[in-house]
Amino acid sequence: MTTRTEYVKGTPVALDGDRAVAEAMRQVNPDVVAAYPITPQTEIVQRFSEFVANGEVDTEFIAVESEHAAMSACIGASAAGGRAQTATAGAGLALMWEVTWVAAGTRLPIVMHVVNRSLSAPLNILCDHSDSMGVRDAGWIQLYAETIQEAYDDAIQAVRIAEHPDVMLPTMHTLDGFVLGHSLERIEVLPDEVVRGFIGTYNPRYSLLDVDHPVTFGPNDYHDYFFEHRRQQIEGMERALDVIPQIGEEFGALTGRRYGLVEGYQLDDADFAIVALGSINGTVKVVVDELRRQDRKVGLLKVRSFRPFPADKVAQALGGKRAIAVLDRSFSFGAQAHPLFLEVLTALYTHGFTPGMANYVFGLGGRDTLPWQIRQVYDDLAELEGVVSAPVRYLTVRE
Amino acid sequence: MALSLKQLSTKGELLAPGHRACAGCAETIIVRQVLHAIDYPVVVAVPTGCLEVVTTPYPYTSWYVPWIHSAFENSASTIAGAETMYRSLVKQGKIEDRGTKFVVFAGDGATYDIGLQFLSGAVERGHRFLYVCLNNEAYMNTGIQRSSATPMGAWTTTSPVGEVIVGKKENRKDMTAIMVAHNIPYAAQAAPHAWRDLMTKVQKAVEVDGPSFIDVLSPCQRGWRYETEETIGLSKLAADTCIWPLYEVVDGVWKLNYRPKKKPITEWFKSQGRFSHLLRPENKHLVEEIQGVVDKEWERLLRRCEVSGAA
Ligand SMILES: Cc1ncc(C[n+]2csc(CCOP(=O)(O)OP(=O)(O)O)c2C)c(N)n1
Repeated sequence: MTTRTEYVKGTPVALDGDRAVAEAMRQVNPDVVAAYPITPQTEIVQRFSEFVANGEVDTEFIAVESEHAAMSACIGASAAGGRAQTATAGAGLALMWEVTWVAAGTRLPIVMHVVNRSLSAPLNILCDHSDSMGVRDAGWIQLYAETIQEAYDDAIQAVRIAEHPDVMLPTMHTLDGFVLGHSLERIEVLPDEVVRGFIGTYNPRYSLLDVDHPVTFGPNDYHDYFFEHRRQQIEGMERALDVIPQIGEEFGALTGRRYGLVEGYQLDDADFAIVALGSINGTVKVVVDELRRQDRKVGLLKVRSFRPFPADKVAQALGGKRAIAVLDRSFSFGAQAHPLFLEVLTALYTHGFTPGMANYVFGLGGRDTLPWQIRQVYDDLAELEGVVSAPVRYLTVRE
Repeated sequence: MALSLKQLSTKGELLAPGHRACAGCAETIIVRQVLHAIDYPVVVAVPTGCLEVVTTPYPYTSWYVPWIHSAFENSASTIAGAETMYRSLVKQGKIEDRGTKFVVFAGDGATYDIGLQFLSGAVERGHRFLYVCLNNEAYMNTGIQRSSATPMGAWTTTSPVGEVIVGKKENRKDMTAIMVAHNIPYAAQAAPHAWRDLMTKVQKAVEVDGPSFIDVLSPCQRGWRYETEETIGLSKLAADTCIWPLYEVVDGVWKLNYRPKKKPITEWFKSQGRFSHLLRPENKHLVEEIQGVVDKEWERLLRRCEVSGAA
């Protein structure tokens, strides 16, 4: 790892999450973008359309007639050997569901910007993670951002991760709808040439447009090969466990903002920890600081990469803690516990740890979660030591 | 290239033999006709359906051209993505412009039903691609279920001949007219027995600066219930009974390409098992009703061509 003291100077600007992502897309300058409006992502397509209309990008923009068509067009475009991107949220991601699997199974390095939104019914345009959790098994890499800066940085790194020859998997990075999508934050935007230098050029191994070397994409695959192809896909996902932090380090060496698979906050000597995805991590950090001032040994593990799930890193970071609360911003009806909790529990158990654990569901449909509620979770944790089978709890819900 | 059989016979095949299509399948005949007609590099997209299944059983492929299958409904968007990438890369000087043509071969289910929105969107946006519907008038790959291209009265496995309902009750969609309503620069109906007509249409279609659509009747011996050697004969009979008129619409101008001495619909019904129930005396009224529909549609087509001054 190279250590640099001189980092590239970004321009400090106030941007909301959607505009920050659109800005990253402008800098990445994909060959094709196909997208469709849906709250709270709409600003991304709108802003990007302006870049196209003003000739600020080389991108051909396809204003498709649905999100399914957006992903389908990205599949055709990516197979044709260039960079293809889309952006969506909630129902849009749900509508794409079938073809998210096609993108991954065809090993197409498409990048998708997801501004998290709940799923109907009842209709709700606000944030939870039901949309991205709904495609968690589709074979996409999934990165979750805590801040707008991270969302911007993820949008750039996603290109490198997806296209890495050891990976070759589509990559989505998410930002919480409204909480990040529509809030202003001071972020640093890199110079265009730095972004372009960082992402480099994409040289596909196969292209539909290479008419001299015709390739059949997406054949009919039966019991005699399908399983092996899935196995290769699994390996791509496993190798991403190395590639994501490599690229995060490279990005950090350039910008001073280093990224890994997870991020511990006041965790090393903590007895009690919270684990979470997305913007709630910011609130948890505030509470951790407050409780630390009262000499309480609490910490946080932020999971950045949910797919692939970094089980070793999670177990390493959490092993030996006395009790752990896992916050889930989505829900699996009828499940014993919810997506992040199940991953964390499995990681710990398979590494020989059995701390007290509780699963908290919070923030569904955009319900605000406040510092005092997180404080309550840390208070609960002190009583949870040795209790592994605590029932799922709901933060902020009226019973 | 002029369409002489002698010259065509020397052209290399772009669809290899040895695929797994049924004997007598028209789909592969039509694909070869279309690919032979295009004197440019070609990129092909195919939705889920018979053609995809029979030509790409991994690790084999019958395609000598770049080819992609994504899903059942989305070939139009898939080819639109590839075509857009082509324009983008050419514009940026990343690849050379070799006049590549983008072609979809899709079943009627993929076209008339589940993929209609995708096709409509791609045509409205004006992507440069040729969409060929291989119209065998039902979902054959999944075992002969009705589509909105299935003709009235036909037996399928989801429009069975029962005590109360006798085959498909509804008339089919006029897909070509739907495409014309998109102000598509080129749309046509064709059939494989009229190979020169079909191939000429393909050549016109790929020259337009925008989308083009050709609906090709594709007789299916399994689904229509006839002997394998009758495929081309049935293609002709469909044109002669006015079940499947051959025409084209160039920039909104309708032109009839073949005016048959119209044969009665019973000839058509007698030729295929899927209509055999219609020949029963108690279903005579259905035959009359369907003949009425066919006559009306034929008259409407003639009027459209007359109005266009191209009858
Ligand atoms: C979303 C989806 N729904 C249903 C199917 C099942 N399916 C596969 S092919 C097919 C029918 C294909 O019919 P058509 O488009 O007419 O083509 P043909 O096989 O007759 O050539 C169906 C229903 C599918 N693959 N995907």
